[in-house]
Amino acid sequence: MDAFVILFTVILLASANGVLGTYLVLRKSVMIGDAISHAVLPGLIIGFLISGSKNSFPMLISAAISGVLTTLLIQYLNRKSNLPKDASIGFVFTTLFAIGIIMVSVYADNIDIDADCVLHGELGFIALEQNLMIGGMELFPLSSLNALVTLIIVLLFTILFKRQLFVTTFDPQYANAIGMNPIKWDNALMALTSLVTVVSFEAVGAILVIAFLVLPVAAAYLLTTKLKNMMILSVVFSMLACVIGYYLSQALNTSISSAIVTSMGVLFCLSFIFVLLNKRRVTYEGS
Amino acid sequence: MDLQDITTFFSFSNHSLNVVILGTVLLGITTAVVGCFSFLQKRALIGDAISHSILPGVCVGFMLSGSKNPVYLISFSVLSGLLSVYFMDFIKRKSKLKNDTALAVTLTFFFGVGLMLLSVIQNSGNAAQSGVDQFLFGQAAAMLESDLIIYGTVCLITLSIVIIFFKAFSLVSFDVNFGKSIGLPVRLYQFLLTTITVIAVAVGIQTVGVVLMAAMLITPASGARFWTNNMRKMVLIAGVFGGLSGVFGAFISFILPNMPTGPWVIVCLSALTTISILFAPNRGILYGIKTKKNWNDKLNKENILKAFYHIGEPEQDFEKSLSQNDVIFKRYFTSKQLSRGLKQLKKENKLTEINGKWTLTLSGLKEGKRLAKIHRLWEIYLTKYLNIAPDHVHDDAESIEHVITPELEKELEKMLGYPEKDPHEKEIPYE
Repeated sequence: MDAFVILFTVILLASANGVLGTYLVLRKSVMIGDAISHAVLPGLIIGFLISGSKNSFPMLISAAISGVLTTLLIQYLNRKSNLPKDASIGFVFTTLFAIGIIMVSVYADNIDIDADCVLHGELGFIALEQNLMIGGMELFPLSSLNALVTLIIVLLFTILFKRQLFVTTFDPQYANAIGMNPIKWDNALMALTSLVTVVSFEAVGAILVIAFLVLPVAAAYLLTTKLKNMMILSVVFSMLACVIGYYLSQALNTSISSAIVTSMGVLFCLSFIFVLLNKRRVTYEGS
Repeated sequence: MDLQDITTFFSFSNHSLNVVILGTVLLGITTAVVGCFSFLQKRALIGDAISHSILPGVCVGFMLSGSKNPVYLISFSVLSGLLSVYFMDFIKRKSKLKNDTALAVTLTFFFGVGLMLLSVIQNSGNAAQSGVDQFLFGQAAAMLESDLIIYGTVCLITLSIVIIFFKAFSLVSFDVNFGKSIGLPVRLYQFLLTTITVIAVAVGIQTVGVVLMAAMLITPASGARFWTNNMRKMVLIAGVFGGLSGVFGAFISFILPNMPTGPWVIVCLSALTTISILFAPNRGILYGIKTKKNWNDKLNKENILKAFYHIGEPEQDFEKSLSQNDVIFKRYFTSKQLSRGLKQLKKENKLTEINGKWTLTLSGLKEGKRLAKIHRLWEIYLTKYLNIAPDHVHDDAESIEHVITPELEKELEKMLGYPEKDPHEKEIPYE
């Protein structure tokens, strides 16, 4: 039962990340996603101090706000001061993360966000959480519910605004010409990224969120040229990696999230090798 | 925090404290100097990738040596850091993945493996293992003299390599193809540069930890870039930023014992860089805003003078006193623009004011006349030399009149042969 709850939750999260990550990879904003996943730390802490509990709505909101602020700050620096984009990203997220860590030290007594949670997340503890009760019936833990809601939001967003996302991703100039503001959609996507990041943060740790966003997607990107296929493939890869990773972690007695990320990395390498071999064969036949 | 702590700190009499200060300063300088090259190669985030990718190396080094032997840890870190850079370049070259995705893939994959190894170590119950995970957040305050000797040596070697190969590294950062074409061993230089970057990251992690390491490389370079266009000066400024922040970080964690050193180093670096971004001459944001404002003021003032000239032109009476409405009737200004411009022109003695009525002075008249002249000369130039229809030349002349220098003005007059009338049959006023 534990295994089922953990797998169920992490697969939900990984799928949400896979769908969202597809757009990040295609829009070349992966590193902004990485920046957000680090920069939400001060937001999380402020939210925690306001609400006084983890897993709370204010915490989600304040983290999401700090994610969006990060994006805006990066854009502003990049445009107003001619600081190259990657340098602005690095500058902004490290500053915010440093402030976050300082806040953790200042409020160390009131906050139980510790180093381990930041790194590994608490997937293993999901099963220990109190189950949600509705009408006397025991359902699943709150974390699983969070993951489910996140996935639904991501899916709704991508399905409802499929056209807008598609156009602004592949042809920003055209989008501009027909009155869709690519920057606005960028910001919307980044807000969603912040949300997903915060929810995943608890489960898989701050640093590995970006792995969920990029590794399966990159593997899928190598294999297809169709947006829909890419999305489906990256979700499939994510699920596969979750299952493999979970049992790997049980076998080697390691943390679950790092084993999942390692499996994702291996899947990426396999897909990369597959492409390399195929390419070689094609050039051979062609010559 | 009390005064005594501060005096203790700055008297540099506490030996173990001096070790920490010296260590953070050296690391700060080294990473900042090396970071300048990554910044200029437009690979600012490579530090982030390397610092994460070092983790598997640290873990393997620890597993093999069974202790926190710094020599083992550093050599294996450098190995896995180098491996990650080449892995990244390889997937970038061999697949359609873009820069940022390749970077993120490398970073997460290596880090994931590293974390897995780390949790194996943690679960193995080796007594010496505590501290390996401190690597993730840095542990500057725990630096011992023996550590300092090793890290210090590594830093000094790295810095001397930078000094010796300064020209080669600058070349590699700016124009690889030029280097290749004149037959320099560009790939060797690149390898050397990558290696010292990895080394700088591997030792720098000791102060600030994995996540903040990227900042040690990028932030000082980003800040320094705003002050100068000269490579040498940039490296020097970045080094100073790095060193200062090192002292600051050590200072804070000394007077406030619960405070981590690394984040404070970064916060100090970020503050210095923010100041640079805002206030640096020529490139700073505020400087840009000021330049733009001055330019807009200039345009506004010149347009007002020209309007005065146009009003007086039909009767050749330039001593008329005009109200604000008279001016707006000739040419549209917002009333805010107009009163601002009029005030500035009065200060420059180009207009005089009596009871809300404004009159051109001699110098104001001269400038208004000159603007009208350039405007009309330019219209002739466009019609004559570029064959543009006379009804299409006004807008262009409207903007060019503000930027033509006196030299160009002379040239234009001579070239066109001092014409008397413009394409719209208006007289061209010479002095």
